[in-house]
Amino acid sequence: MSLYHYASPATFYPLAGRLVPWFAALAVVFAAVGLYLSFFVAPTDFQQGEGYRIIFIHVPAAWMSMFIYIVMAFWSAIGLAWNTRLSFVMARALAPTGAMFTFLALWTGALWGKPMWGAWWVWDARLTSELILLFLYVGYMALQAAIDDPRRADRAGALLNLVGVINVPIIYFSVKWWNTLHQGASVSLTRAPSMAQVMLWGMLVMALAAWMYTIAVALARARTLILERERQTEWARAVLKEQA
Amino acid sequence: MLRFLIAVIRRDILLAARRRGDWLTAQFFFVMVTSLFPLGIGPEPAMLRTIGPGVVWVAALLACLLSLGRLYADDHRDGSLEQLLLAPYSNALLALGKAIAHWIINGIPLLLIAPVLGIQFGLPADALVVLVLSLAIGTPVLSLLGGIGAALTLGLRGGGVLITLLILPLYVPVLIFGAGAVDGTLSGTGAEAHLSLLGAVLVMALLVAPWISALALRVSVE
Repeated sequence: MSLYHYASPATFYPLAGRLVPWFAALAVVFAAVGLYLSFFVAPTDFQQGEGYRIIFIHVPAAWMSMFIYIVMAFWSAIGLAWNTRLSFVMARALAPTGAMFTFLALWTGALWGKPMWGAWWVWDARLTSELILLFLYVGYMALQAAIDDPRRADRAGALLNLVGVINVPIIYFSVKWWNTLHQGASVSLTRAPSMAQVMLWGMLVMALAAWMYTIAVALARARTLILERERQTEWARAVLKEQA
Repeated sequence: MLRFLIAVIRRDILLAARRRGDWLTAQFFFVMVTSLFPLGIGPEPAMLRTIGPGVVWVAALLACLLSLGRLYADDHRDGSLEQLLLAPYSNALLALGKAIAHWIINGIPLLLIAPVLGIQFGLPADALVVLVLSLAIGTPVLSLLGGIGAALTLGLRGGGVLITLLILPLYVPVLIFGAGAVDGTLSGTGAEAHLSLLGAVLVMALLVAPWISALALRVSVE
């Protein structure tokens, strides 16, 4: 039995169902450990005080926001190349979580910026490109929502996703250069180079928690999407009857 | 192949020439939007000179988006788009022709109006030259990228608003480099770097956008 066995919705659906609780449980465990590390073990930063602790949410969220977009593009490319329905489902299932993490990164960034920089928002290169990333997610989801035919929605979304992923580095660098031109290096997001070991661990564990959460949520969402799309098939009906 | 390309371009220009009202709307929109900014912000010349390049460029993006909604929609409605897609040439060629026609119809007039609007914002002569130059390199990118959005949203409800959501984030680099070139002239750091980057974006868009538009058209029409 190969990995392709699970490329069919009928076999993937129960597999995902078995995996979701595991990843959800791992997410809870990692989040508990990460939060403990970040709130009780990690020392207070001598420059930034207690306020810095928001990075334990902020940095993993920012990582995930970018990473999820790339994973979506990966599934979109696979789906377009091999015409596999499940890949499109995965891309679509990931989008809301990616948008959520992008929003979370912006939000926590604002909360961090207020005490540190004295402003909720600065037109820093990273903030601006993160904002544009949020727009890209919103565009993707709006396109998906506007198309009723799932086949067309899948393909259109995948194409948009691929165009977006080509553009992300261009946007990032353009914003970066624009930023340095306009306001100089007045504000830099780079923190002190020597970060305490335990802070780094806290951040990594929180990132793992974000990963596990993303996988669990994406799989759960993919299951719903699969059921919705396969509702005329024999197996989906059996599942639905069982649940009713 | 070239004949097909030219035929597509000629057809679109002819159609635009027959329906001048549609065509003029986008141009007047461009003029009006830029004229609204001084009214909202105030008439101080120094302030207007700083915001001028950005305002003209943002208005150009919006005017471009306004006309993009119709890029494929009319042909789709009367069925001629399907015939064009069936032509024995690459669909990318069709998308390229459409984008070129869109640029000739909507982009070139913007270039001609832009200096007048620049004068309204008190831009000096060398900045006006750079403004036109940056628009000349940048607006083809807008047409090319916009073609992807127009193809993706073909025949959807709320297509007009949707296309702005999809395409505006992709326009960000063009806006930054375009307005940056004019800013560079004003502040004395020079426009070459920005114009070169804009040129690079144009080359990239020329290489990639027609293919993706063609794929998107296939998806939307089938």
